[in-house]
Amino acid sequence: MFYREAGQFKASYAADQQIFPIRQDRIAYYTLLAVAFAAVPMVANEYWMATILIPFLVMSIASLGLNILTGYAGQLSLGTGGFMATGAFAAYKLSTWDIGATFGLAEPMHLHMVLVFLGAGLVTAAVGVLFGIPSLRIKGFYLAVATLAAQFFLLWLFNKVPWFTNYSTSGVISAPPRELFPGVVITGPMAHPVTKYLFLLSLVVLLALGAKNIMRCHLGRAWMAIRDMDIAAEIIGIRPMRTKLAAFALSSFYCGIAGAAWAFLYTGSVEPLAFSIEVSFKVLFMIIIGGLGSIMGSFLGAAFITLLPVLLTNGPRLLGLNIPVDIISHLEFMIFGALIIFFLIVEPHGLARLWQIAKEKLRLWPFPY
Amino acid sequence: MRLSKFTKASVYTMVAAALTVGVLAGGEARAEDGQYVPGMVYRTGPYAPGGIPWADGYADYFTLLNERDGGIGGVKILYDECDSAYNNDKGVECYEKMKGQGPTGASAFQPLSTGISYAILDRVRADKIPLITSGLGRADASVGSVFPYVFTLPVTYWAGADAIVQYIGQQEKGALKGKKIALVYHDSAYGKEPIKTLEALAAKEGFELSLFPVPHPGLEQKATWLKIGRQLRPDYVIMWGWGVMNATALKEAAAVGFPMDHFIGVWWSGSEVDMNAAGEVAKGFKAAQFILPGNSFGVYKDLKAKVFDAGKAKGEAAEHGTVIYNRGLGAALLTAEGIKVAQDKFGKKPLTGEQIQWGVEHINLSPERLEQIGFSGMINPVKLSCDDHEGGGSVIITQWDGKEWQPASDWIMPRREGFLRPMYEESAMAYAKEKGITPRDCSKE
Repeated sequence: MFYREAGQFKASYAADQQIFPIRQDRIAYYTLLAVAFAAVPMVANEYWMATILIPFLVMSIASLGLNILTGYAGQLSLGTGGFMATGAFAAYKLSTWDIGATFGLAEPMHLHMVLVFLGAGLVTAAVGVLFGIPSLRIKGFYLAVATLAAQFFLLWLFNKVPWFTNYSTSGVISAPPRELFPGVVITGPMAHPVTKYLFLLSLVVLLALGAKNIMRCHLGRAWMAIRDMDIAAEIIGIRPMRTKLAAFALSSFYCGIAGAAWAFLYTGSVEPLAFSIEVSFKVLFMIIIGGLGSIMGSFLGAAFITLLPVLLTNGPRLLGLNIPVDIISHLEFMIFGALIIFFLIVEPHGLARLWQIAKEKLRLWPFPY
Repeated sequence: MRLSKFTKASVYTMVAAALTVGVLAGGEARAEDGQYVPGMVYRTGPYAPGGIPWADGYADYFTLLNERDGGIGGVKILYDECDSAYNNDKGVECYEKMKGQGPTGASAFQPLSTGISYAILDRVRADKIPLITSGLGRADASVGSVFPYVFTLPVTYWAGADAIVQYIGQQEKGALKGKKIALVYHDSAYGKEPIKTLEALAAKEGFELSLFPVPHPGLEQKATWLKIGRQLRPDYVIMWGWGVMNATALKEAAAVGFPMDHFIGVWWSGSEVDMNAAGEVAKGFKAAQFILPGNSFGVYKDLKAKVFDAGKAKGEAAEHGTVIYNRGLGAALLTAEGIKVAQDKFGKKPLTGEQIQWGVEHINLSPERLEQIGFSGMINPVKLSCDDHEGGGSVIITQWDGKEWQPASDWIMPRREGFLRPMYEESAMAYAKEKGITPRDCSKE
């Protein structure tokens, strides 16, 4: 009933190959975008945007990145936190770079925020390629341990070398206030959550679209071939070094942008410890719960892991129960763990697979087959 | 494991319903009238043993004010807690949730965490809510013209480092030149705070400073202490630790035979929790404090009558009088005093954060006022102004005798004029330049 597919014919190859071939899917997608861009800023309050939606969007970029590497290319990586830190610190150095002073101009001039984010992503991509070189020799669990080196080394580097924090005494970097367009502040304390949210949302939509399309093209298929059977992939002519390093590069690009967004758009100031190993595990859990090798899965996993703790803290208050804060924190851990185990037993392929099954049933509804 | 369709469906519905309810629940305001005081505390997480007594002390003081005086100036205090687990992200989430609660918004925030303070530093400027970082970073927030909404009273880490070096100077009868001092610090924003001050003092006084960072959480100290105990053999070791790092450091120091009475920690390394965790070897360890432990101060009489005996205390009786509990009381006093001073100007009604900022900025805890409120002897007099958000507090060195902390020195006044103050201003002005902030003109206020 929902999916009336009768009469939907494709008259061109472009129409046949589009991401959402079914009209109802396209309608749903555009409605979602309309709600996200137009309705949410009008309806949501500041708390909702600043502590629920913005971190969700930032973590969905990070899980997109890790899904590209682990879900699609099959390279297990635990260095996500380190790459996010690289993005954050690269963005900090780029945004505080006084171009005017370097080129002898009279007025101080700074890079535009969009260029800062892109630059941070590119720097992190370069670093990711460096730490991806071991992947040419080792696989699976052992590669995870090798990427752990990235996690610890990068954090140690930012802690030790004062150049990265512009020689601050405390080792904490904070986002300088910058404008997106003249008059619209995007970072710093005066930035309105709505501005940050809309900027981040546009970024996420572009990145997700990009990731989806890359997965459908030659490079994405090469990654999936390497994931499924790398020796066979090599035999049929897929070059393992270039393909694997490309996966590391693109994944680190995404994680770098996520780290920059975390530091600039969410917390405003960050120290290296904010990107510790727990963040790497968190993003890994996001893609495992959401669904490996699925773009939708990255979003579902990010939603599950960022939103669930928030609602577990707020839920008892709304229900009128006066539970002490430490018991709420402990309950949060317990319920979180139980739900993870539940989802992994019920659907090991993640929430994305659950959604896929639901959609298949919806396409036939009300018929059973 | 085959779950029935019904079980699966019901779990999904519950999760979906909970998600909708949960996101809608964020940020709804309370309906009662009064002054809303948020308690950003941590009762869980890796630093809970230090966070729980502070949270109890903070809560008990407001309970006392409500029970004994009916609030501050007759306005009831609405105290509420949020658990940050010493995690920056949760701290930011707690801040966003609590800043708009109550009829006039949050009164003041005291996150008890340097990391969370940094995270909400910029937000409090935009939201106009005072942030009191009592005995925390960042030290250059003492320059009130650049940081109107951040208050570092009564002492900062830089002042504490200076006081500890003054004490060492007293112990060495002024002959610091040529001596070796090591700093063992938690490798985070918190631990790095005193380094600049100590380096400046090393250049000025002529002692040799060695730095030993300890990676979070602080359990890996064997190599550090072997180097200190066998190779370097400094005359004094200063520690900037927190949580498990403290007890580990004490045990490692004892293992290499470093004399405990030459081992001085900052106030977050000096609590009963850490001493008891370290055991017998901690005897003789010294720590700088800015609030003295003990339950014989004037305020305890009222606390006992109205709070403890009435069964309204937040925590156990064993923690009353301990160092961190008293620090919680002292911190609550600063918030309460700020509200009271603001009420003297703006009237006895629920006040906004902007008005309370004025109040905190004009706190004058004179000896008479301290006597009046029962904190005489526990905290030293402190007076704030527009430009000085530190207030001139002093530091005392205490020593652990195996059972409790005993004063081991007089109150030491850090050398602010001509030394710390120019350092604060240099750092604050650099921050202002980076952020594009124009410092406010204090002569006009």
